[in-house]
Parts: sequence; C-alpha cells; structure tokens
Amino acid sequence: MKRVYLDHNATTPTHPDVVRAMQPYYEEIFGNASSVHRFGREARKAVEEARKNLASLLGAKRADEIIFTSGGTESDNFAIKGVARALRDKGNHIITSSVEHLAVHNTCKFLEKNGYSVTYIPVDKYGIIDLEAFKKSITDETILVTIMYANNETGTVEPLAEITKIAKERGVYLHTDAVQAVGKIDVNVEELGVDLLSLSGHKFCGPKGVGALYVRRGTKIAPMQIGGHHERNRRAGTENVPAIVGIGKAAELAGKNMAREAARIRDLRDRLQEGIEKSIKEVRLNGHPARRLPNTCNISFEYLEGESIILNLDMEGVAVSTGSACTSGSLEPSHVLISMGVSPQTAQGSIRFSLGRVNTKEDIDYLLKILPPIIERLRKMSPLYKE
Amino acid sequence: MEREYSEKVMDHFRNPRNVGEIKDASGIGKVGNPVCGDIMNLYIKVENDVIVNAKFKTMGCGAAIATSSMVTELVKGKTVKEAQSISNRAVAEALGGLPKIKLHCSVLAEEGLKLAIKDYLKKSGKPLDDVKK
Repeated sequence: MKRVYLDHNATTPTHPDVVRAMQPYYEEIFGNASSVHRFGREARKAVEEARKNLASLLGAKRADEIIFTSGGTESDNFAIKGVARALRDKGNHIITSSVEHLAVHNTCKFLEKNGYSVTYIPVDKYGIIDLEAFKKSITDETILVTIMYANNETGTVEPLAEITKIAKERGVYLHTDAVQAVGKIDVNVEELGVDLLSLSGHKFCGPKGVGALYVRRGTKIAPMQIGGHHERNRRAGTENVPAIVGIGKAAELAGKNMAREAARIRDLRDRLQEGIEKSIKEVRLNGHPARRLPNTCNISFEYLEGESIILNLDMEGVAVSTGSACTSGSLEPSHVLISMGVSPQTAQGSIRFSLGRVNTKEDIDYLLKILPPIIERLRKMSPLYKE
Repeated sequence: MEREYSEKVMDHFRNPRNVGEIKDASGIGKVGNPVCGDIMNLYIKVENDVIVNAKFKTMGCGAAIATSSMVTELVKGKTVKEAQSISNRAVAEALGGLPKIKLHCSVLAEEGLKLAIKDYLKKSGKPLDDVKK
C-alpha cells in the first residue's frame, strides 16, 4: 500500500546522513565526554563540534550559549522554571500567549500553582498575539515573557522581533519555543533578540531524545537538573553523545538545505491547500494565510470530526493529525483554535497537514485523489450536513 | 494507555451498518455529547412492539460511529422493552471493548436509543413510566 507521511510537525524521519554520523558513537567512539582520557576527549570533541553547528544555525555569537537537553519539553521547562527561580526576588509575573504548546502552557500553569502569576495574551483570528494587550500586560513584577515562534497546529509565525523589542524596553527576558520553527524558517537569535530559545532535534530530521536551549550570555537561569558539572553546571547528566552528534549533523544539513527545501515544500503545501479548496466545499483554513510555516496547512472540514477523517486517511496509507477533540488523548477541542475564535464544532473537524523532506508531488496528488470521497462519505453520515 | 481500536470497532467504522434516516420513523433520538461534541441521530421503526428497523446519522470519532452502527444492529428484532435495557457497556462489549478514553462515546449510543424509544412511546400514547432516564 502507498504510504504518505504528512505529519512532520509531530516528528520527522531521521535524515540518513544523520544516522550515518551517529553510528560510530555507539561502539567505536563511546567515551564519556567528561573523561580525561582519549576515549573521553574524542567524545568531547564531537559534542563541541555539534554545539558549534547548532550555534551557527541559530546565528548565536558563542557556542557555549547552547545547552543540550533531552528535547523541546525539557528546554521549555528549563527556560521557564529556571528563570522563574533565578529571578524570584525580582518579581513573580510571567507573560505567555494563549496558543502555546502544552510544554509551555502547562509549565506556566504549574508555576501559577506555585506562587507565580501568569498572563495569557489573546490572539487574533489568525493566531497572532495582540501586541497592544501584550504591551499593557508588562508590570514591574514581570520577569519573563515566553511566546512561541511558530505554532505547531496552524504554523502561524508570531512577530517575534517586535515582541522581543517590547520586552527589552522593559528589561524583561524573552524566551521563545522555536521547536517548530528551527529547520523550517530562518531563526537568528541576534536578529530576533531573544534571551532563551528552545529547539528539538527530531523536528528537523535529527534524532529523538535530544534538544537544546539557547541561553544568551549573562542570562540568569537556575539549573533544573542537579548533579555533576556537565554543560557548565547548567544541566547535569552524562551527555547523550550519539544524539548530540545527530542533532549537530541535522543542524548542519538544515543550514545548507533549508532555503531550497522550504521553497520546494511551500509549493507542495500550496498545491495541497489549493487542491482541497477546489475539490471540497465548506472548508476553512486555520492560521495566517501568509505569515505561516511553509510546510503547515490546518484545514477544518465542516460537519465532521477530525478523528474519523484521520482514520479513513490512515486506511489509505496517509498520515495526518489534529489537535482537536477525541484524538490526542484529550477530549477538549484544540485550545489553539478556540483561542483564535474558531467555533468548537469547526475546531473539531480540523486536520493538520505538515509536509517535509520526504514528500513529493505524487504524495500530494495521491492525497488529493483519495480525500474528497472520504469527506463526502463522512458528510453523508453526519446529521449536521444538508446536501 | 490502550489507545487502539479493536478489529470489530474498525470493521463497524469502515463499514457502518444502517446509515441513514427512516422517513416514517416511529421514534427519533437526537443526542449530543457534551464532553467531546459528537452528535447522533437515531431512528427506529416499531411494529407490534418490535423494533423492525433502525438507522443512524452520526458526526463523531471512530468510536462514536462504530457504537452508533452497533446499537442499530443490537436493537433490530428486539421488543421495545428489551431494547430499553441495552446499556452503553453492552454496546461497548459487543464491539470487543473500547479504549478507556472512548467509553463515553458508547454513552451517546445508549442515550440516543433511550430517547428514540421515549419518542416512540410518547408518539404512540404509551406510558413512559418504565423508561429510565
């Protein structure tokens, strides 16, 4: 059966070059990067090489501004809790958006239960945060702003440079969850002016279980994982050398290929979107039509529920996803779409198509062939649909 | 956490039985699930106190569609009284079980059925006493 993977915002297939780069670090160069002997030194060299690659992809001034973690969720936890703890004497107020990934959202909720106060900035119908509301929400107590760069469900890209500028004027740290942005669009920490930035390896063809937190030099942050002196006392634990080598290689490849790949993928995404809009009635694009990741397309199919569409596509070999009700282990419709003012009913019928390196025009044409009859069949079954 | 559907669920999802409406239905049950927003319309045709036909229209997830399909299968040929005792557990069991997080979907099927029967009893002027809410 044909297999078409259109769920790259969930995870990406590891690039074969990444797998090849990692291979020697299991059996041959297996040393502990903290060891003094040759085995250790070889591993250390590889870790620092990877750090440089990541720093270069992000346009960071210094490689030691990169701290390796176990992934995006740890990076988000580390950034938010680490700053909250380090600046506890300065204030207890944190600002975030209403459309964050749960790694940020629930970390903020956790801090709220632990004596911090959190403001959730609303977004417009495209998912872009309300800059005026944001400006007004900053108080003398504010110690951190954490706002994502690109949304995982809709692909909407936030005006991060403007957000950072506002935060800087008030002397407040800015953290961004750039897990979906890195490797898909240009992410430059100097141009964006961010103090902290989370990223995850497996979202851009690297391995799972490894990520990084960019921490601008001089930023006060308390370590979350306590133990040895790894990562300059900021994140204890023996470095996951093969995975770090992998994310380093993925960063190198992204730096080399991103511009070309993004243009190719954008064309495919637009072909998919236009194809659906042309062949299926009563669909609605969720997210900003232009200020959006080139690979993401979130569409609501009216009168339907997302999981029934996913299961039907899965039976035809196509993998997509939704953040909506009854699918992701949660029964609530997507908080992202609801925050954008999408009705619960329409949010329920939303599907996220997210493209990547492995996709071809044939993949998109296959989807466009099988999707309309699925939608028609399900709508005929829906009590809401009137032909 | 068990998240996968049983083969029986997938069979009823893939090939749902009794999709549609009954024009001259004896009773109609329209229910919405407040938990996840699923919606179900269940139609029954009763002759001599026996449910001779049942059809449904559902907007919902795989479990919602499969339980709708199964409940229409279960009620056919049963007396109204027998049908009243069909619980959501019975529907789920007939499907070989449901993932825990999807059990609430079978409640939709039970309530749809109860409402359709209530509607039938009301329309035919029969007492509603022994109908459980």
